[in-house]
Formats: sequence, C-alpha cells, structure tokens
Amino acid sequence: MYTQALNTSDGEDRGVEDAAQAARFQARIDAEERIEPNDWMPAAYRKTLLRQISQHAHSEVVGMLPEGNWITRAPTLRRKVALLAKIQDECGHGLYLYSAAETLGSSREEMVDALLAGKAKYSSIFNYPTLTWADIGTIGWLVDGAAIMNQIPLCRCSYGPYARAMIRVCKEESFHQRQGYEIMLTLCRGSAEQKAMAQDALDRWWWPVLMMFGPPDQVSQHSDTSTKWKIKRFSNDELRQKFVDATVPQAQFLGLTVPDPGMKQDAEGHWRYSEIDWDEFKQVLAGNGPCNRDRMAARRKAHDDGAWVREAAAAYAEKRQARQHAQAAE
Amino acid sequence: MATPNTTLWEVFIRSRNGLAHKHCGSLHASDATMALQAARDIYTRRGEGLSIWVVPSSAITASDPSEKGMMFEPAESKIYRHPTFYEVPEEVGHM
Ligand SMILES: [Fe+2]
Ligand SMILES: [Fe+2]
Ligand SMILES: [Fe+2]
Repeated sequence: MYTQALNTSDGEDRGVEDAAQAARFQARIDAEERIEPNDWMPAAYRKTLLRQISQHAHSEVVGMLPEGNWITRAPTLRRKVALLAKIQDECGHGLYLYSAAETLGSSREEMVDALLAGKAKYSSIFNYPTLTWADIGTIGWLVDGAAIMNQIPLCRCSYGPYARAMIRVCKEESFHQRQGYEIMLTLCRGSAEQKAMAQDALDRWWWPVLMMFGPPDQVSQHSDTSTKWKIKRFSNDELRQKFVDATVPQAQFLGLTVPDPGMKQDAEGHWRYSEIDWDEFKQVLAGNGPCNRDRMAARRKAHDDGAWVREAAAAYAEKRQARQHAQAAE
Repeated sequence: MATPNTTLWEVFIRSRNGLAHKHCGSLHASDATMALQAARDIYTRRGEGLSIWVVPSSAITASDPSEKGMMFEPAESKIYRHPTFYEVPEEVGHM
C-alpha cells in the first residue's frame, strides 16, 4: 500500500541473537501482545518496521502534492475548505507515522533526508498527475479508500506505536473518502461533460489504485515473515480483492464503468479483475512514473525554502535559553 | 548537509469529558511556545481537547521494561487489595 514497495521484510535474523530471546519474542507476538519501543526485538523486525513506517510517512507527505495542485482551483468554497482540511490531515498522518518510526531509533530528520536524497521510497500512486477536478474526487474515493482497506488491519499490528498511529489515522480517513465520493456523485449527476470528466478520471486511476496493494502474492517476497510477526494480517491479493468487491457497486451507483472489460463477478460474488500491468508498476517505483521527478523537486524546494525558518526558530530558542540561564545565575 | 535535529516533545491533552491529561503523541519544535501551537494544530483539529501540556521527551524518566517483572510483581500478589477479596453476605446487599 503506502508501504507497497515494502511488503518486504528483512527475513529471519541471521545474526548471533540469543535464540531463547527470539523464541520469547515470537511467543509474545503469538499471544497477541504488543511490542513496545524499549522491549527487546530482533534486529530484522526493527529494520522491517522502520522501513515500512517511514515509507508510509513519506507517502502521506508526498501525497499532499497531487491534491495541493487543486486547492486554488476548487470549484466552490465548500470544496476548498474540505480539500484544505483533508490535506492538513495527511500532513498530520505523516507526523504520527514519523513519530512512530522514531521510536525505533532513527530521527525524523534522518528519514526526511533519506527521502530527499532519493534513498527512500513512497507509494507509487502519488507519481500520477491530477489533470482535472474529477481527479480530486477519484483520489478521495479510491486512493483513500484503498488506504483505509490497508490501514484497518494495521491498527492491530504487533508494534504498539504503529498500531496506535494507525488508529488515529483511520479515524480521520473516513471523511477523506466520503468527501471524494461526494465530488464524484455531484459530477455524475451534473452535465454530460462533468460525467465524462468523472469517467475519464476513473479510467486513469483505476489500475494505478489496484497496484497500491503491491505485487501479487506469488511474487511478493518475505511477506511470510511480516505475517509471522503480525505486522501484516492479510496478503496483498486478499486486500486488493476486498477493495475491488467494495468499490465496484459504488462505481455502479455513480453510473461509471470500471475500465476493465474482462471483469466478471464469480459465483461467490467476488468481482474478478483482469491481469494488472506490473511492468508499469515497476517503472513507476523505479522513478519513471509521470511525476516522480516533479514530486521530488517539489519536496526538495519546500525543504530548502523552509531552512531559514528552522534556523531562525533554533536561534531564537537558543537565545531565550541563554537569557534564562543568565537570569537564573543572577 | 544533514538537517539538524529539533527537540522532541511529548503531548498530553485533557479532553472535554473532564478526565486527566492523557498522552496522545509527540512532535518536534524548537521551543515550548511552538510546541504548544503545533500540538494544537496536530492533535486537536476536531475539538479533541480543552487543555494541552507539552513536555520535552528528554525530561521523562521511564521504568525499565526488562525489569517489569520485579517492578510490578508486588502488586500482583496482593489480591487482598481488591474489594472482591472480602466476603459480604448477600442479605447485607450492595456494598
Ligand atoms: Fe492519510
Ligand atoms: Fe494513509
Ligand atoms: Fe487520507
């Protein structure tokens, strides 16, 4: 998902960690106990989580860019305040997640620097452009919808700080999806041009959204370790299928057509989708999506432009502290 | 150049229901005033709180998880500290 590149764990510990300690750790996981920051944990568990949580955080932050593109052009004040509030939430999600990742021993600054240096990944979905207002509706409806599908089971993740961050995030996500669906509903009940715009957005976003769940189960590596550690509770394909089953009726209600002529409902009621173009997914993850360069350039610019603010705040705090020390000494 | 670290703060919020301040997360800020403002923006966007405390994370002393057995065992073995330990005949009614 937001951590899609990332359904990779670091495998079993090959180090010289105490086998008894590792067994005790696994017993705690099996008993559904939460692992807390200062508890003993295998180095590979720590590394897997640090990568997954920081990538999730980066995704929330980069995810603000495609939507930010439309703030000044939202069609009404109502839509504009809603979009602003949603984007502000995403920024908060980034912060909750960086905080959770920090408990594993990396500083937020290190993580941000890794993103800016191009050493860390974020979700492939945010490398697609938002060409029309209907894209904003589609993102709320489908991108946030897919995120919710993935994040609900993460609320029961074995690592306490990550699970708690996900609970906060999930509480806020529902508004995101509903505001998106409302935009789509308004467009679909509007003029023929508006409806066509909604259909065009669905056509462009459908497949990239399905890719958000990550590679198919047969090829997703090490996912069994994440499952054993109860970081992951469902496989990529299970979550993807759940999402498709929930979404198809919503599209039908809008009167929109899912851009998959081969899609069929099976005897059990599941909507079976056609083959996903995994080459496109790999290309986007490798940095060759339509907006990868733009997104990174925008992040770097924001970071550089904010440097003087961070410096001024630090200088001010230092000056005040020095004054307080001087007063205390008098 | 590596981005310099900013102080980490723990945030506690008292909600409208009159309960005590409760830990709700952490954030980075260079001083207490900015930490309070950031806490307002991050943790009370939907009327979650009526009062905020921010505390530098470095000021917190925590118990050691590896000593949790020794630390909390004394309470576990004292069941006579709980009301259910004592027998009150049913005729006496609720007590
Ligand atoms: Fe989010
Ligand atoms: Fe998210
Ligand atoms: Fe969201």
